[in-house]
Amino acid sequence: MAAEETIIQLRNMGKEFKTANGPVVALDDINLDIQRGEIFGIIGLSGAGKSTLVRCINMLEVPTSGEVVFEGENLAAMSESGQRKARQSMGMIFQQFNLLAQRNVVKNICFPMEIAGTPKKQARERAMELLKLVGLEDRAKAYPAQLSGGQKQRVAIARAIATNPKVLLCDEATSALDPNTTKSILQLLKQINRDLGITVIVITHEMAVIEAICDRVAIIDQSHIAEVGKVSDIFSEPKSRIGRQLILGDAVTNVKFDVARKYRIIFDGRESMEPVIANMILACKVPVNILYASTKDIGGKAVGQMIVQLPEDETDANRALTYLKSVEIPYEEVREHDI
Amino acid sequence: MTFSPQVIEMIKTGIGETLFMVFASTIISYLIGIPLGIILVVTEKGGIRPIPALQKVLGIVINLLRSVPFLILLIMVLPITRKIVGTTLGAKAVVPPLVIAAAPYIARMVESSFKEVDAGVIEAAKSMGASTFQIIWKVLLPEAKPSLLVGAAISTTTILGYSAMAGAVGGGGLGGIAINYGYYRYQTDMMFLTVAILVIIVQIIQEIGMKLARVSDKRIR
Repeated sequence: MAAEETIIQLRNMGKEFKTANGPVVALDDINLDIQRGEIFGIIGLSGAGKSTLVRCINMLEVPTSGEVVFEGENLAAMSESGQRKARQSMGMIFQQFNLLAQRNVVKNICFPMEIAGTPKKQARERAMELLKLVGLEDRAKAYPAQLSGGQKQRVAIARAIATNPKVLLCDEATSALDPNTTKSILQLLKQINRDLGITVIVITHEMAVIEAICDRVAIIDQSHIAEVGKVSDIFSEPKSRIGRQLILGDAVTNVKFDVARKYRIIFDGRESMEPVIANMILACKVPVNILYASTKDIGGKAVGQMIVQLPEDETDANRALTYLKSVEIPYEEVREHDI
Repeated sequence: MTFSPQVIEMIKTGIGETLFMVFASTIISYLIGIPLGIILVVTEKGGIRPIPALQKVLGIVINLLRSVPFLILLIMVLPITRKIVGTTLGAKAVVPPLVIAAAPYIARMVESSFKEVDAGVIEAAKSMGASTFQIIWKVLLPEAKPSLLVGAAISTTTILGYSAMAGAVGGGGLGGIAINYGYYRYQTDMMFLTVAILVIIVQIIQEIGMKLARVSDKRIR
């Protein structure tokens, strides 16, 4: 992102649902700026309000307060036909793909162009072009029932970008797919973002999706934005409780945590070449028990974390911590209530 | 069991009248029932264009019409029939009451077919900026087509059953023959013959409807 320019701005946006048991707040005071050309992730546990949030961006759900500004215009204040027009500049893909079951692949891709009034012949040509882009030109005549999950999502992506939208909204787009297919779909999204300059907004509950493609991320928890920032920053130093929970998530399930003196050591990309732990053990002469370790490639940098158990003896433990401080490795004690 | 040429001629006419009654009233009923079914689905709470008050009133009217027994309805609408057709006797005269009885029934069948359409697909169409009309025309109708065809087979056979009932009040057709000869004149063989023919017609209509639905459905293959 060389020139930062806001394409979507959410200002004090809120959404309340009226239910039989009184109003339920789905979103409260959401403020977000999404830059043109970036891949922006929104992560949260289920029920946090992330699906409602993405639907407010294209007015599938109308916010009950605040503004949604798309390219300088407040969508919430627009007429219905204006909103429909604006939606044609925002493609959307879904967890369940939502292809028309009675139309074949080409006709599915032509569908948004029919709605936008594109001439038939032109729409067909564009559809074939897009099929090539998503690597399914040989399945043009197939019906959705004949496709695998990954292929369906590729068709859905081709359909979503058929009208040359400026934004692509992805609502749990890989949650119904296996890990390998997920990887290939994420690569496709990255490619579309890079080659076509489409701003991509990704909603997910999986940290792995954020790590794989997002530039920036917002963590949403209980109807609020808990924190926003660059993925590498948030990953190496989550500030909110929910952030820790999401990032430490797999560590929590993998590590038995009823031991004392657990410390989280954070690698933010510069020390991965150094044998930090080995050096620490040699320098301090203290045994260290590694409970959990993981390194991930985020935007080309190796970012990781390790949870270690330090000796019971306080002087030994402090020696190790002093060493970490001296080599400028961030660390923190992990307590039960953090996770 | 042999039948004289006159009887065979009469049965032939009866089949013709029955088919005319059934298909004429099915077509007209669908012309009324499809729009009603669409209104029921589109205007319901949480629908594409919610107008709950209209939906409620329409639902009540449809239920009212559906709860009147057909034989009673047939007699109740005699004045209307006379106005539209000019007579209250014969196959033509059965069409208006058949339509009044079948249209609400078909509206409900169409409604249930439309409700089977995946809400996610409708949401996807909305996300592309589709208007209400475009969603009805390009999503609801084509996506519900196989289910609509199954419904049409069921509706047509139901109307066939109603049309036979109309024979009791001078409606003609196979039902009329069964009542007049088989029942009033104790010609049991005539009764069995007409019933057998009705059974065959039902089988054929049902088979054709199911076959069309299967062929048109792209979900299974």
